[in-house]
Amino acid sequence: MSSWTAFRAIVAKDMKTYYLKPPNISWGLIFPFAWMLMFYLRSRTPLDIRELLPGVVAMSILFGTTSMLAVTITFERRSRSFERLLLAPLELSLLMLAKTGGAILFGMLNAFVPIVVAAFVVDLSGVLWPAVIGSVLLIAATSTFLGLFISVAVHEVFEAQTFSNFFRFPMLFLCGLFIPISALPVFLRPLSFILPLTYGVDILKGAINDTGTLPLWVSFPVLLLFAAGLFLFSLRNIKRKWVL
Amino acid sequence: MADIDRQMAKPPEEPSWPKRADGELRRQDQLLKAVDLVKRFEGVTAVDGASFSVRRGEIFGFLGPNGAGKTTTINLLTGLARPSSGTMYLEGRDYTAHPKRAQALMGIVPDESNLYDELDGFGNLNFCAALYGIEKTERKARTRALLEQFGLKQAGKRPFKAYSKGMKRKLTIAAGIIHRPKILFLDEPTTGIDVASARQIRTLIGQLNRRGTTVFLTTHYIEEAERLCHRIAFIVEGRLVRIGSLEQLMKEHQQETVLELSVDQAGKALAEQLQRRFPGYTVRRPDERHLRLVSDGSIELLPLLEAVSGGGAEVSEARLIRPTLEEVFVRVTGIESALMRQEREGKKK
Repeated sequence: MSSWTAFRAIVAKDMKTYYLKPPNISWGLIFPFAWMLMFYLRSRTPLDIRELLPGVVAMSILFGTTSMLAVTITFERRSRSFERLLLAPLELSLLMLAKTGGAILFGMLNAFVPIVVAAFVVDLSGVLWPAVIGSVLLIAATSTFLGLFISVAVHEVFEAQTFSNFFRFPMLFLCGLFIPISALPVFLRPLSFILPLTYGVDILKGAINDTGTLPLWVSFPVLLLFAAGLFLFSLRNIKRKWVL
Repeated sequence: MADIDRQMAKPPEEPSWPKRADGELRRQDQLLKAVDLVKRFEGVTAVDGASFSVRRGEIFGFLGPNGAGKTTTINLLTGLARPSSGTMYLEGRDYTAHPKRAQALMGIVPDESNLYDELDGFGNLNFCAALYGIEKTERKARTRALLEQFGLKQAGKRPFKAYSKGMKRKLTIAAGIIHRPKILFLDEPTTGIDVASARQIRTLIGQLNRRGTTVFLTTHYIEEAERLCHRIAFIVEGRLVRIGSLEQLMKEHQQETVLELSVDQAGKALAEQLQRRFPGYTVRRPDERHLRLVSDGSIELLPLLEAVSGGGAEVSEARLIRPTLEEVFVRVTGIESALMRQEREGKKK
């Protein structure tokens, strides 16, 4: 039996039935495009767009993955089709990697929409692409695993949506996207450093504009730790809550 | 998968394999075995020390009212729930702690169809086959064959959500066997569907079994268990109260031999004449066409027929009246079958 066959089938099914549906594609395209347009209209020079690009990329991933995964898994659990996956002879860790794989890919596709749009407007030379790709992958993974964590905690689809926003919006304001962390009140700053998005945004800022505040050798491992931690914690909860 | 292979440790010598009435049951005849299975949920014992074995090639029925622990037992056996205590063996290997390898050998059809509404019939079967690692060409061939076998070829491209309940159930059974499991678990397979579909599904179950699939079936349809199952376990409030073949269960509860004769004229005089001639039997006359003879032992047919004929009547039929499974179930469990019927109707609605 090839676990890889099952893995590929799960990712392909999720991409086909959930992520690559017209409403999601349009959401994936319109959302980052709208952000870009909004910032473009507010900005005075093309340089501003390059400065704003890390934030828009990070938001596109965060909003494209977190609630999407939480909603699809909650929906499958409600319809009991998730049981079919739990009954398949596939290790739980591999199964959940397959379930989250589609969302991670979708998040990465979302991330490159603003980058492609920006490429037509500003000069993107000098961008450290390996770091951009690495951070996009890790932000997509942490956001997706956050969605997984949420899906284990809720029972209803609407709860998944609400709970996702509960995490996402504070994260947006505390990760240094709109307000630099150094400008935040002192008591809020520690909070920023326990959010994965802070490190992802910092890598993107460094890779695109060379304005990162943390060295890459700190941000990448921390982001990796967040991804692994969220995944393993969710896995533990799934074993405890879903396999009774 | 190598890790899982290592985890599926072979049990040590097992002197405790159950024995059959007709001699020792060979170990290789046992496909599935549960020993003292217990499942507790927050103080409630859903399954209470269930021990049983399922033989290769049989249809093993789990019969009991709603809430008896049938679905919980299936969840335990299939790895969807963890037992509080007890051991489970498949093909002689203990899989209690690591059910994943065992799941490759199991097909599971839950009481409600759990396929994907968004996929069509073909897509659903193809996806289920992929979950068991079957490669593309093979799974397409199996999908086509199963759609044909289950009479769903025309509906193969229709979305699952557009299927009728009966079609959904059939496709769910097809999904359960696409990887050719050694044992198929069917949880209430005919509940909530129309009579014609239920009949088709019973026929399909019979066909699958004749082709070699071992079936573990839960039902609260007594007639269904009677018609399909080789052996039946009665489960009440999480406890197995009796296990046996239909014959064994009937025999245990046949306290007397009842012979019914259909005659052209069963007059009072004939009944009295027979009673005098055969004082060891009790002769009853339920109506003017039938005589019923009841005995604690056996009844000899030939002298009886001669006596009836000597009394001027003609016998057209003689048949032994056996207790029905329903009567046996009521006697063993104390649960009225009417209650089971009510529950069944309730579930249908």
